[in-house]
Amino acid sequence: MIEWPLLSLLIWLPITGGIFILFFSKSEWINPRWFALFTVAATWALCVPLILFFDRDASNMQFTETVSWIPTFNIHYALGVDGFSVPLILLTAFCTLLAVLAGWKSIQKHVAQYMAAFLIMMGLMHGVFAARDAILFYMFWESMLVPMFLIIGIWGGDNRVYATIKFFLYTFLGSILMLVALIYLGIQAGGFSIEDFQKMPLGLTAQLFIFIAFFMAFAVKVPMWPVHTWLPDAHVEAPTGGSVILAAIMLKMGAYGFLRLSLPIAPDASLLLNKWIIALSLIAIVYIGFVSLVQRDMKKLIAYSSIAHMGFVTLGLFVGYLLIAEQRSVESMQLGIEGAFVQVISHGFISAALFLCVGVLYDRMHSRLIGDYGAVVDRMPIFAVFFVLFALANSGLPGTSGFVGEFMVILSTLQANFWIAALAAITLIVGAAYNLWLVKRVIFGQASHGGISSLEDIDFRECVMLLLLAGAVLFVGLYPAALLNLMHTSVDSLLQQMMQSKIG
Amino acid sequence: MQTVCIGIILAPLLGAGIAGLCALLEQGKKIAALSAIGGVALSFFLSLILLKNLLWDGVELHEGELYTWGIVGGIQFQFGFLIDRLSAAMMVVVSFVSWMVHVYTLGYMKEDPGYSRFFSYTALFTFFMLLLVSANNFLQLFLGWEGVGLVSYLLIGFWYHRESANVASMKAFLVNRVGDLGFLLGIGVILLVFGTLNYQEIFEQATRGDIAGQALQLFQGHHWQAITVICILLFIGAMGKSAQIPLHVWLPDSMEGPTPISALIHAATMVTAGVFMVARMSPLYELSPVASSVVLVVGATTALFMGILGVVQQDIKRIIAYSTLSQLGYMMASQGASAYAAGIFHLFTHAFFKALLFLGAGSVIIALHHEQNIWKMGNLKRYLPITYWTMLVGGLALIGFPGFSGFYSKEIIIDAVRLSSLPGASYAYWALFIGVFFTALYTFRLIFVVFHTHERMDASVRAHLTEPGASVWIPLIMLAIPSLCIAWFVGDALLFDGYFKNSIVVDPLHDALPRIAHHYHSVMHFALQAPMTPLFWVMTLGIFTAWFCYVKRPEIPGLIIRRVEGLHRVLLSKYGFDAFNQIVFAAGGRRLGHVLWQGGDQKIIDGFFVNGSAKSIQILSGVVRQLQSGFLYHYALAMLVGLLVFLLWM
Repeated sequence: MIEWPLLSLLIWLPITGGIFILFFSKSEWINPRWFALFTVAATWALCVPLILFFDRDASNMQFTETVSWIPTFNIHYALGVDGFSVPLILLTAFCTLLAVLAGWKSIQKHVAQYMAAFLIMMGLMHGVFAARDAILFYMFWESMLVPMFLIIGIWGGDNRVYATIKFFLYTFLGSILMLVALIYLGIQAGGFSIEDFQKMPLGLTAQLFIFIAFFMAFAVKVPMWPVHTWLPDAHVEAPTGGSVILAAIMLKMGAYGFLRLSLPIAPDASLLLNKWIIALSLIAIVYIGFVSLVQRDMKKLIAYSSIAHMGFVTLGLFVGYLLIAEQRSVESMQLGIEGAFVQVISHGFISAALFLCVGVLYDRMHSRLIGDYGAVVDRMPIFAVFFVLFALANSGLPGTSGFVGEFMVILSTLQANFWIAALAAITLIVGAAYNLWLVKRVIFGQASHGGISSLEDIDFRECVMLLLLAGAVLFVGLYPAALLNLMHTSVDSLLQQMMQSKIG
Repeated sequence: MQTVCIGIILAPLLGAGIAGLCALLEQGKKIAALSAIGGVALSFFLSLILLKNLLWDGVELHEGELYTWGIVGGIQFQFGFLIDRLSAAMMVVVSFVSWMVHVYTLGYMKEDPGYSRFFSYTALFTFFMLLLVSANNFLQLFLGWEGVGLVSYLLIGFWYHRESANVASMKAFLVNRVGDLGFLLGIGVILLVFGTLNYQEIFEQATRGDIAGQALQLFQGHHWQAITVICILLFIGAMGKSAQIPLHVWLPDSMEGPTPISALIHAATMVTAGVFMVARMSPLYELSPVASSVVLVVGATTALFMGILGVVQQDIKRIIAYSTLSQLGYMMASQGASAYAAGIFHLFTHAFFKALLFLGAGSVIIALHHEQNIWKMGNLKRYLPITYWTMLVGGLALIGFPGFSGFYSKEIIIDAVRLSSLPGASYAYWALFIGVFFTALYTFRLIFVVFHTHERMDASVRAHLTEPGASVWIPLIMLAIPSLCIAWFVGDALLFDGYFKNSIVVDPLHDALPRIAHHYHSVMHFALQAPMTPLFWVMTLGIFTAWFCYVKRPEIPGLIIRRVEGLHRVLLSKYGFDAFNQIVFAAGGRRLGHVLWQGGDQKIIDGFFVNGSAKSIQILSGVVRQLQSGFLYHYALAMLVGLLVFLLWM
């Protein structure tokens, strides 16, 4: 094992870089764009040992660091990663690069602040995924909102104030309840180590309250129906880079919370309430699918489709309890959870890619309305290839990453109940419908107005961004084993926790 | 053998990649065409090697893993090949037809700005199709299955400026997705029942017999045989891909794509994937008479009712498209009647003669400067002799004229259905029987109106009428040869001499082919016997009707239409399937979306709860603000009331 604090570096290097840019934003000799890119690259370099030295067969937390922080309350600065955190940290680093590149030209005012916000947010998000202490986790979780709030509020669209307030209140109200639950758990356990929380026996009533408090926080983040309406508004107003991070990483926090806190800490409550979660997931998949169909704004369409896709994540996570009730094998539970997690990563790539594509168009035409486009392929053939690829990945075409998660979750669900699986599989049709209709109206057909004929195809920077994402989408689609092997051990231990009753 | 298999798969993929790059960089048209054609040709020759290995080198079967897609909870998802006599023969046919169509494209698409793009798509299609055919597991099958659907989508919408092409391509993909929904659930039930997606392991368990008794409870209190559920769900997938009623609606519209595509994808190869899949799964279908019966009835219904529609179409490509639907119905019915070998044989012969007919139609279309209405053609025999004679061969094969390849395959299918004892078999037999009449009628209506009778084209068109170049007519001849005589050489082996060996499993109880073999002695003899069968006379009646109505007394069709106007309208509206889908699914789905969005999201969730709670906080704070009025007597009053209440309470 290596000696130096890798996770701390992953958290604090970008934050330091961000603060540095802020301080020197007035000086001439530092270019915030290149400096931000350099910082992200350095953070990427740190990811290399993370993946190289990560032991995929070990079930305990790795790269751990523990320093006493607030001894009075037994709070620690404790970090560590497992098979769930590592892919998410890699995804975060990846998407921050995209966000920096996405703002390269389109952000012209307060460039330094923009770059700083993303760098700081990157560090904070790494912190969320690496924290082993509940209070530390909560600190990262909440402080992450601030840069995002600023990004939407400063660089956002016309209706940004409404969107930011909605975004902030929604997520904040949810998190407050989570904090209460964490403090309760901390008092019970005499410390704030999440591992202790997971091991601690807990009565059913307490579990139910805790589960519901967590649920409020995570359901808003995922977001699940009916607490999803902040997302389309936030996306529409956010700048491209903000949308990328919001869709690719922030939504995943909810899923991460479910599998790090809700399921292991309150397994009996999860067992009791799983039917409700599954019902909400199905509503998200079907209801939101139809809502996506009729959107006129490209960003709203992608935002709504994100909600539908995240429905598969919650379905895959909670269908396990239904499988227990049906007395199916552990294998099928594993299929559901791994499918859900693949969906998390895959949706990160695909939603990021689609938001970048919209950003590319918006930079040129300053419109997000589908009706303002048409025949884009004439002027932008290379862009069109990417757009069609990502739209198809979004509709779950086999061979792309979008297929893998949905396929596994549907297979797993079917082991529990045929009709739930059939309902979830409707996404095959509805998803294809809204994606292809989008492609038809934007890429193909006739140009809606003369402006289309002056479009220019993507430049080198944009091509690199989309090429990276296309590579990721195809790689996960054709060889998901790379991702699955990372998490097998962690899934096994999660399953054990899920099936272990904590009552008395 | 593994290397050969990998070569077969990768050659067209590589060709597609190079052609795609050429298309994006907008140069190297020749390189694009050559790499695509080269890739597909290589696949063809390598497939021949595979077939040779199986036929003469004593290889029974080759199963090889390609790589592990993922292992989850003990379930292995692997890519790999299952090469046996069924898949090898299928690969030869697919790569051959694809090769011919590629050559034809050289001439046909010469002037098109999307030349390289077209080659890249067709080569990519060949890749997916070969992947589908050679799969040894359901995951790879599904990948190929959706892959060919993707390329079909791209190619139907090839001329993307056309609204109609875009709509048709979407329709094709979505209708196929409906089928794929069933298919995916079928795969799920297979995993539930067998615990694996590998063909061989599934078949092994299925033949052991403990599966047949297993039951699933889909509705409360109703138990279904697991194998029946699986087979019907898989068949829903096949209905989408092979365009069986009611999922057939996309195929006629797919004619919006360039003609070579109609030949390759929408006639010879992709649409037969469903038929192939059922044959591949014969060990499962044999265990479920219910599912077989469904296959039989749906297939026969498609065969008859889509054939009838062929008679009222006016677009040369659409006539052939409805004919394809009808022939797919024949193949499917044959699968239902457990005559898998006959169905697959019809798939092969159909691949040749239908590709030939489409390419011939394409030749007519370019000669006439993209005119597709048969009522603007006529007497083209004089100007396009090669096209005429080759299409005549194709037409005779299609109607099953004795001696031609289609005769053998179709005759045996109908015979096998006649011998079937499944529920619905007699209906199916009559549907197929009457279907023969309509096949002959629409085929010869086309041939007479287009190639005989008088010239209906404009003078300007007529002045330039010539046979298109060599790259067009060489494939026509190359396809006419197997359309005429492939059955002479391979018919016996495929149908009666057990060519397929273990690749197709038939329960001896309902195996019709050996019974037919009794009165089948040789190719020659079978053809000479034909006039003694009623089928021959039904077919002849069809040709005669076509001749009488469209050559001898051309006024008759108009008279008939006037007499049965209602029926004619039903036929023109294609039984109303399109209107129904348009109203219920397309418009209904959008309306539902609007209701959920504007009603559910905007009014109830946002309007009432979110902004409503913001408003109520505003109102509440307004009330609270009232309390802090700043007037001393207000506070004094409040104190007094408070004190009073407190005292009373005590």
